[in-house]
Amino acid sequence: MEALGLNMGFEETELRLGLPGNRVRSEGEGSRKRGFSETVDLKLNLSSKDTSEKVKSFQKEKHPLPRATDPPAKPPAKTQVVGWPPVRSFRKNMLGVVQKSSGEESDMAGGNNAAFVKVSMDGAPYLRKVDLRMYNTYKDLYDALGKMFSSFTIGNCGSQGMKDFMNESKLMDLLNGSDYVPTYEDKDGDWMLVGDVPWGMFVESCKRLRIVKGTEAIGLAPRAMEKCKNRR
Amino acid sequence: MRQDLTVQQMSEDDDRSPPLDLRCGAAPSINRARNCSGEAVSGSGSSTSSSIPASVPVTVTEYQSQYPDQVLEIVLENVLQFLTSRRDRNAASLVCKSWWRAEALTRSELFIGNCYAVSPDRARGRFRRVRSVVLKGKPRFADFNLMPPDWGAHFGPWVCVLANAYPWLEKVYLKRMSITDDDLALLAESFSGFKELTLVCCEGFGTCGLAFIASKCRQLRVLDLIETEVTDDEVDWISLFPEGETCLESLIFDCVDCAINFEALEKLVARSPFLRKLRLNRHVSIRQLYRLMVRAPQLTHLGTGKYGPSEVAQRQGDTEPDYIAAFAACKSLVCLSGFREITPDYLSAIYPVCANLTSLNFSYATITADQLKPVICNCHKLQIFWALDSICDEGLQAVAATCKELRELRVFPMNAQEDVEGPVSEVGLQAISEGCRKLQSILYFCQRMTNAAVIAMSSNCLELEVFRLCIMGRHRPDHATGEPMDEGFGAIVRNCRKLTRLAVSGLLTDRAFGYIGKYGKLIRTLSVAFAGDSDMGLKYVLEGCPKLQKLEIRDSPFGDAALRSGLHHYYNMRFLWMSSCRLTRQGCQEIAQAMPRLVVEVIRSDDEEETDNYVETLYMYRSLEGPRHDAPKFVTILR
Repeated sequence: MEALGLNMGFEETELRLGLPGNRVRSEGEGSRKRGFSETVDLKLNLSSKDTSEKVKSFQKEKHPLPRATDPPAKPPAKTQVVGWPPVRSFRKNMLGVVQKSSGEESDMAGGNNAAFVKVSMDGAPYLRKVDLRMYNTYKDLYDALGKMFSSFTIGNCGSQGMKDFMNESKLMDLLNGSDYVPTYEDKDGDWMLVGDVPWGMFVESCKRLRIVKGTEAIGLAPRAMEKCKNRR
Repeated sequence: MRQDLTVQQMSEDDDRSPPLDLRCGAAPSINRARNCSGEAVSGSGSSTSSSIPASVPVTVTEYQSQYPDQVLEIVLENVLQFLTSRRDRNAASLVCKSWWRAEALTRSELFIGNCYAVSPDRARGRFRRVRSVVLKGKPRFADFNLMPPDWGAHFGPWVCVLANAYPWLEKVYLKRMSITDDDLALLAESFSGFKELTLVCCEGFGTCGLAFIASKCRQLRVLDLIETEVTDDEVDWISLFPEGETCLESLIFDCVDCAINFEALEKLVARSPFLRKLRLNRHVSIRQLYRLMVRAPQLTHLGTGKYGPSEVAQRQGDTEPDYIAAFAACKSLVCLSGFREITPDYLSAIYPVCANLTSLNFSYATITADQLKPVICNCHKLQIFWALDSICDEGLQAVAATCKELRELRVFPMNAQEDVEGPVSEVGLQAISEGCRKLQSILYFCQRMTNAAVIAMSSNCLELEVFRLCIMGRHRPDHATGEPMDEGFGAIVRNCRKLTRLAVSGLLTDRAFGYIGKYGKLIRTLSVAFAGDSDMGLKYVLEGCPKLQKLEIRDSPFGDAALRSGLHHYYNMRFLWMSSCRLTRQGCQEIAQAMPRLVVEVIRSDDEEETDNYVETLYMYRSLEGPRHDAPKFVTILR
């Protein structure tokens, strides 16, 4: 541990590789990979821009000039250090109109590749949103929907009903009964029964989901029955 | 208060071991009574009750019960109901096993400062009659993007257990927890008498979740969302509150940045006669605010939305409502906040209420000193004041001149960057210290500061319990002398004998930490950033501060040796956070091995293996459960 006093006077004349600017601390120690590991976010964030700070700005970058002697030089004025000063994002968006933070994107996994669709269910006052890219098969989707809306179905027949949906022999029973059936609106604006097309194609074309009572979906049945036959 | 009968039932329900098992020695009941007698009953139930366990002199000599100790326990349970402070209860529970049991049966407010310190099942197993739960999750530095998202602190596992264990649950307070819509749905469905939901700095859910709460919690009194992220699922949650008169007392949603159905809100307010606290979001216009205020003149706490005329209204030349009259009609108003997108001219509307205000939050209002002065000069009763530094030193001087009752001051930066000219400085701090002698808590962001001003505050404001100074330029010395800020902070810890929370900044050497360790005997929370010279700094603190509970450090040169010096204390702490310091994985490993009840998490910012020898983030906390099972990939728990 050096006595600070010793080094103070020589600071000015000491030869260092460093960025210009005030250097008020004397390090004195030898080579080190990281000094105070200034976590510099080189995406130059001006204070008014806070979008996707949560996800992107977390990826810290190492000091731009790694070197053997690494004095804790103050970085250039424009760069910002992650999380400093310690002001929450709510307050950072002060100047100008408050920008809608990317809370939506960062909260749900998927980021830029998310395929969010709204899901409504007949009789339920709530709308939900799902990210179709989180699922790999129809079954996964049905399980998730079943859980989401289980509070609205009577006796959980909702989720069970949806699982039965893929079973062709039960399909007509389902559509005649009062169980719920998932339908979706595709890119062309047509309402189809979910399960019509291969999963990947479905994810691409689905714009929104609507879970309706079986009897209401009966008009969509013929096409569905055909597809079922084709799949054999 | 419960009847004796209920206590009796509870005593029988509980599977007590036979009397022989009880503590306080194997002496017969007479002795036991005498052992426990002699202290007066502390009947007030206030949180400042003494730590002497309450007991009642009981003559058991005449009463030959087969289980005399059960009598004592019943008495104890009755008495313990008056004990509300959790610290007192913790102390009482350590007296002996029967006190432990009695306390466990009577604790109705469960406080869990770290959701990973104890599992939901364990909590449920011990406390059977909980009506109110406080749960805290992530450490504070997570607020500043120092922790990757999806680290944890999920409410899900807790709500499942709570739903089963405490169907009578009434209150839930969550801070820095990750909550999903489904969690809120389960909460809404599981507790028929649910009354209060407070979410602070939480995230993970949207207006869907709020819809569940609004529609299903028929007894809801409090729905407070504070600095919580809520995604916009385009659900009209406001319209889902039950028809008819509601029990609502507090509705705070200023952080919910979604448009709301104003007609529904207005009707809700109109049918909520008990509503006292209402904080709107910025999507509510000032005209709409007027209509709400007219409906609810009984409000005590009001947070405005957008505080200025809309362009449309201005263009149309509509006559403006009489805002001054609306404020004047709110005779009970003591707390004002909001003022988003402010048009300062409209501030004059609040003059009628200034004299009664105890709390004023201008921290979203970009107003100048001149715009502040006519308001503040009337606020003689003000105790809490939050503002942006746009009010400048001059504005702070005006505060100091009038607000003699000020207890809490927070000054936030309008421009949260380094290396810019700051509008507030040591001048403002000095003025406050001279004018507001009763100050207890201060949070002050600035670009420059002097030791002299900080020392002045330390000698003027002896009631200080919280001192948080953030000099935004890293390693900035005293502006006037060029010296480190050691002496200023040293004076704070030396003179402010009640100090429990401290945040330091600026250029600081190990000497500052020496002072903290020597004088900061009551400090419970300490925040350090870009400070210190060597391991000694951290050693001073860990060895000197016996009450330290929460220590958060970033970008400071403290290494493994310093970490080792806290081994005697870590079990007494809630957590230690150290990021971008000089800790090696091995050093952290040593701690993990030495302390089996400590969970030692090493957090990386990405999935790649660390190329450096140094650990990026260490987050460690005591826990009864061992390593958690929900740790994401970027967290390594050392053993």
